[in-house]
Amino acid sequence: MDALILARWQFAITTIFHFFFVPLTLGLSIFIAILETKYVRSGDERFKKMAKFWGTIFLINFAMGVVTGIVQEFQFGLNWSEYARFMGDIFGAPLAIEALLAFYLESTFIGVWLFGWEKISKKAHLASAWLMALGANISALWILIANSFMQHPVGYALEGGRAVMKNFFALLGNPNVWYQFPHVLSAGVAMAGFVVMAFSAWHILRKQDEAIFRTSFRWAAVYALIGAVLVGVIGHFQGQFLVEHQPLKMAAAEALWETEQPAGFAVIAGIDERRQTNTFELKIPGMLSFLSYNNFTGKVEGIKDLQAAAEAQYGPGNYIPPVALNFWSFRIMVGAGLAMVVLALLAVLWSHGKQEIANKKGFLKVIQWAPILPYLAGTFGWVMAETGRWPWIVFGLQKIEDAISPNVPAWNIAFSLVALGVLYGVLSIVAVNLALKYGTSAIQSQEPAPAVAD
Amino acid sequence: MVLQTIWFILVTILFIGFFFLEGFDYGVGMWLPFLGKKDEERRAILNTFGPFWNSNEVWMLTAGGAMFASFPHVYATLFSGFYLALVLMLVALILRGVAIEYRSKRESLKWRSAWDWLIFFGSALPALLWGVAVGNLMRGFPIDENMHYWGGLLPLLNPYSLLGGVVFVALFLMHGANFLALKLEGEMAERARQVGFKTWIVATVLTVAFVIWTFFETDILTKPGINGLIPAVLAAVALLLVGYFRNAKRDGWAFVMGSLTVVFATIMVFAGLYPRILISTIKPEYSLTIANASSTPYTLTIMTIVAFIFVPIVLAYLGWTYWVFRKRIGLDKKVFVY
Ligand code: HDD
Ligand code: HEM
Ligand code: HEM
Repeated sequence: MDALILARWQFAITTIFHFFFVPLTLGLSIFIAILETKYVRSGDERFKKMAKFWGTIFLINFAMGVVTGIVQEFQFGLNWSEYARFMGDIFGAPLAIEALLAFYLESTFIGVWLFGWEKISKKAHLASAWLMALGANISALWILIANSFMQHPVGYALEGGRAVMKNFFALLGNPNVWYQFPHVLSAGVAMAGFVVMAFSAWHILRKQDEAIFRTSFRWAAVYALIGAVLVGVIGHFQGQFLVEHQPLKMAAAEALWETEQPAGFAVIAGIDERRQTNTFELKIPGMLSFLSYNNFTGKVEGIKDLQAAAEAQYGPGNYIPPVALNFWSFRIMVGAGLAMVVLALLAVLWSHGKQEIANKKGFLKVIQWAPILPYLAGTFGWVMAETGRWPWIVFGLQKIEDAISPNVPAWNIAFSLVALGVLYGVLSIVAVNLALKYGTSAIQSQEPAPAVAD
Repeated sequence: MVLQTIWFILVTILFIGFFFLEGFDYGVGMWLPFLGKKDEERRAILNTFGPFWNSNEVWMLTAGGAMFASFPHVYATLFSGFYLALVLMLVALILRGVAIEYRSKRESLKWRSAWDWLIFFGSALPALLWGVAVGNLMRGFPIDENMHYWGGLLPLLNPYSLLGGVVFVALFLMHGANFLALKLEGEMAERARQVGFKTWIVATVLTVAFVIWTFFETDILTKPGINGLIPAVLAAVALLLVGYFRNAKRDGWAFVMGSLTVVFATIMVFAGLYPRILISTIKPEYSLTIANASSTPYTLTIMTIVAFIFVPIVLAYLGWTYWVFRKRIGLDKKVFVY
């Protein structure tokens, strides 16, 4: 296999693993800080127990986020050295700022949070909880500022064959960031809500520490609902932004080959990429016009016309991203998102007021499995965002094939791909198992014991 | 040139912080299975750097990010050139990080001892590889006119650079033992003092040999203008004082002197390189320097402002955490954190 394909697989796999752990860090860090705030304000020990309990899950997850993140920091030099040369003037800055502003903050205050329970005052400890949540989310902001430039370049100029920064504040004000960051943040909030609900449901069903987990469940249900609604609403506007700025990505995500006015939304379709047509489709008339422009009559351009326009603008070549992949990724994300809104809404209704969630046994069983949804949505959302940019690594500026390190032989990439892939796979299994072990054990037995012989 | 020099210095500072802090972390990791005879002892050893190891590692990430932002060509040439070595280091660091967090999460002794050996391996390999990398940085390697190095891993494993790797391992073992002597209580601290003294002897012999070889192999100590001679002398003095204070059981001073050794040795390397960053052995003109490898003045200005605001803040809270967790660690299981 050639180096380019291997390098792309490597990037996709390592980044997807990284993002498998990241959103929970984003959402759960805030949730824990909220619980601890309640504890410090009310002095109610139950909330301290909850903060510590979810803190253990958080730390197990966080460790994987950290170690998979280390690879990310060096990855652009390893396989994508020409990208690093072309983009360094712009892309390096947010990366370095992320490390300086976010990684130090987060890693330091996680240490303080974990080791500081009896050593510093309650208020200082609470502050460290909020600082670690802040660190995690600032980290996401800066990395998305970097990624947004790749999606939608702003504030730059081309000089001597390199992209150079002309306006740092344009980078910060990139409209793409201000869709992407809230979308990712609320995705994290929703995911944390669902994970907490799932473990809580497990305990409630088994009547283990029921009182505490009912409270956890109630708080997490509201948290999940907020996240799920926001992620959908913001995603809608993000899609409209895409129609304007990366029309081929959106057209591919809709498998819309021909321009339509008004345009219908295909719920499902049989996609034939070779003959550039759909063998069948189930369409809601006018719906795509509405999603794109908030009216039912707008014209949405199809892939074929957009391809012709792209050739006119950038020269001959194929500018059509993988259509079926984008189409189904988008549907998995949106479908999971809608299901999450429904589940979270039911969870809120059935756990508040006079309702007793412990009686809804069937629903609790479903909720135990529901975290699959945010994980699917998050992963496929990124698959769409990144593969839909094809053939560009930096939209309109650099193609993927021009970005790769020329001096790294394919077998080196194959070696690192296998080494990291296997390592991540094994460690992820270990991490998920540990999370399940701690998440399902009673609160009293949370304190790890000294070792015993096997 | 002023901005580029500022960034050369800032990157140097980040590497100083990295080698100083991760240096003792790697040392502690390597000592773990040997100095910790029982499970509680190993837990105590891990608790000495528990709140810090992650932020110490961030120095490396920040150094990498800062290099990307200020000298993107260096980032590109170095990491694509040293590909396999870097991948091996990443694998080691991944295992190390997970091991530190997960080793106490099950009661089984087998589980814990397996992770402990991964901590050892994950600390020793990066120490060795960083030494090899620094050896090659000082010696130079064949970079072509397009800033590419095509040679792969084997030419990097030359005897001089390999000795560099061994020197790093020895120095970090000494540095780690000094840290443990300072942070542990009672009998365990005593053990750390003893191995600290022994590794001091080994590290001193190896370092002297390496510096002499450096004198003949590279121009780091002899290049006209700015070179590494003065910091090399200061590092040597600090290293000799480690032995004195170690022998006198002055834990604090031994640690300070070991730290200064690492700091001055790092300054030696970067001072000897300046204004080059990556030396080409094909032709001096092919070298990557602060002039031909840097970002534009605009980006460097922005980054300078960011650095001048935030580096002091970061240093302040890092200092505060070392103060909060300054107490020595004993074998009292009630105060352990897992
Ligand atoms: C829990 C996770 C989650 C959920 C429920 C949703 N998304 Fe999403 N989505 C993401 C997680 C995500 C993501 C992984 O975070 C992405 C990848 C890039 C980004 O900005 O966010 C994303 C990308 C993304 C993009 C592409 C952005 C780009 O290419 O720049 C669009 C158009 C949407 N989303 C739209 C939606 C809509 C209309 C949803 C309706 C419910 C939705 N998302 C639910
Ligand atoms: C700031 C964040 C990110 C940056 C800078 C970034 C950058 C890149 C780069 C350089 C590539 C390689 C070129 C290519 O093959 O298209 C790529 C591809 C890819 N990335 Fe990202 N990415 C980011 C975030 C993510 C995240 C969080 C995910 C998923 C969880 C992701 C998923 C992918 C996938 C699936 C590919 C493969 C695309 C393909 O092969 O065409 N990316 N991205
Ligand atoms: C592809 C580009 C990316 C790079 C270079 C990168 C780099 C890193 C690094 C080096 C770490 C470890 C920090 C530590 O040791 O504390 C990390 C962790 C983290 N990253 Fe990424 N990352 C990337 C993509 C993303 C994306 C797309 C997001 C969020 C949307 C993200 C959010 C985070 C967060 C929140 C953490 C904290 C630790 C955790 O994951 O639990 N990163 N990242």
